[in-house]
Amino acid sequence: MSPITRGFRGRRRDTVDPARVPPGQYVTRDFPVLSAGPTPHTPLPEWSFTIDGAVSEPASWTWEQFLELPADTVTVDIHCVTKWSKLDTEWRGVRVQTLLDQIETAAGYLTAWSDGGYTTNLRLDDVVDDRAWVAYMYGGEPLESEHGGPARLLVPHLYFWKSAKWARGLTLTDDDEPGFWENYGYHNHGDPWLEQRYQGD
Amino acid sequence: MARAALPGRLTWQLGRVLELVGETARVKSIMIELPDWQGHRAGQHVDVRLTAEDGYQAQRSYSIASGPEDGGLLLTVERLDDGEVSPFLTDELRAGDEFELRGPIGGYFVWEQRLGGPVLLIAGGSGIVPFRAMLRHRAAVGSTVPFRLLYSSRTWEEVIYRDELLAAPSGDAVDVRFTLTRAWPDDWTGSRGRIDGALLRDVAWPDADQPLTYICGPTGFVEAAAAGLVNNGHAPGRIRTERFGPSGG
Amino acid sequence: MQRLDGNAIAGQLFDVFGVEMTTAAGTCKSCGASAQIAELMVYLRAPGAVARCPACGAVLIVVTERAGTTHATFSGFALRDPSAGDYCR
Repeated sequence: MSPITRGFRGRRRDTVDPARVPPGQYVTRDFPVLSAGPTPHTPLPEWSFTIDGAVSEPASWTWEQFLELPADTVTVDIHCVTKWSKLDTEWRGVRVQTLLDQIETAAGYLTAWSDGGYTTNLRLDDVVDDRAWVAYMYGGEPLESEHGGPARLLVPHLYFWKSAKWARGLTLTDDDEPGFWENYGYHNHGDPWLEQRYQGD
Repeated sequence: MARAALPGRLTWQLGRVLELVGETARVKSIMIELPDWQGHRAGQHVDVRLTAEDGYQAQRSYSIASGPEDGGLLLTVERLDDGEVSPFLTDELRAGDEFELRGPIGGYFVWEQRLGGPVLLIAGGSGIVPFRAMLRHRAAVGSTVPFRLLYSSRTWEEVIYRDELLAAPSGDAVDVRFTLTRAWPDDWTGSRGRIDGALLRDVAWPDADQPLTYICGPTGFVEAAAAGLVNNGHAPGRIRTERFGPSGG
Repeated sequence: MQRLDGNAIAGQLFDVFGVEMTTAAGTCKSCGASAQIAELMVYLRAPGAVARCPACGAVLIVVTERAGTTHATFSGFALRDPSAGDYCR
């Protein structure tokens, strides 16, 4: 247990309401940029979103087709495994369910994959109904590239490393296959309310 | 021949602040006393860890400004406006306060007499800090290895260790050149603007002399300077770089 | 988002290996480039620190902290003798 450094407060942390904020988290008003690599820049004419893998027929959308899909504007809290939570963040995006409605599958899991090589694994259950979106706007503006634009996965009920930036597709799988951070010891599921940060938590 | 470091864990120690010295408007040097300091090599750094009352911790790395022969540990910190750690160290910290440090750390970005030269040091802003340690080491051991320092700052007021750098005794063969990128005094005879290929050509040792080059500062600065040297025909294998980040804070 | 270099993970690697690692040289198995750990491109602000090949961007080292213990995973990076990177060689 480190001794307290007199006078050190650190970045502004708002008071935590345990009914609202998962255990072990601090609340911030910033939107820190966390990245495992350089920011990719895929020109929109080359962008597509694809659902493939354990499906009867893959489905794919160009950027134009994607923007024509029905979309929600939602306000959610997000929780990063690095202990930062940000409340009342506003996003606009297409429900993953809307995309899943275009394919047939018996798979129970998926790997979300992104430009730049990032992957993360999820249960199909985690992205159905109104649990997940492919978001292309944040705070009323087009999503900036450093925050994952043009589009990222948004799965607010799990730790935010599961909300893959620069998302380009979901590959459905019969088994749970660890993605990037999961391979380095982070939890396969990642429920912040159960503090599932690391494998074995 | 293997140069083995002492194997073992780097433990966190509690350092006590002895004195704080203002260097420029945004930069302070901090003299620290550590119970178990084993000494260091010029160019190494320490990790600093601060703990708030609710247990929140933040950690950053800072280059050691003191020379190995100075005895004691001096750090120099630049206050970044949106920083989390640096404003605390420059504005809140007082003599007698304590905080955790571990080190010394680093084996790549070091210079010591046996490495020889000639040496070119290229510093951007607070990138000058590890070079102070190198210059003090050189002077302390009476080395005659030729050194050149090219130091880029925004303004003359922001040059860290300015008086020290200007006071190098003549005949000491440390050639210090400044370039100022944003503003300069009316009677300024040094270089103006960012480092470019022409300035590097002017300042660099001939590659045939097999110089050792160290470049330290923000990532963009370091990479531009390194690319400039390589472009001018210098061997990349004899250029060592250390990038500081504003993400440090 | 600032990227740094392998000097930024020197303390963590010392924690894991008990020796100075920044001068350790290795070969990237993705592209064959040689680099010392200090020369890798490091992204610090993430659930862990990621060190990438400066030539091709492949992920070579990932450092994470869990309950006060540092873990370092090397993948696709063939390491040579940690002491082989002295400047004067």
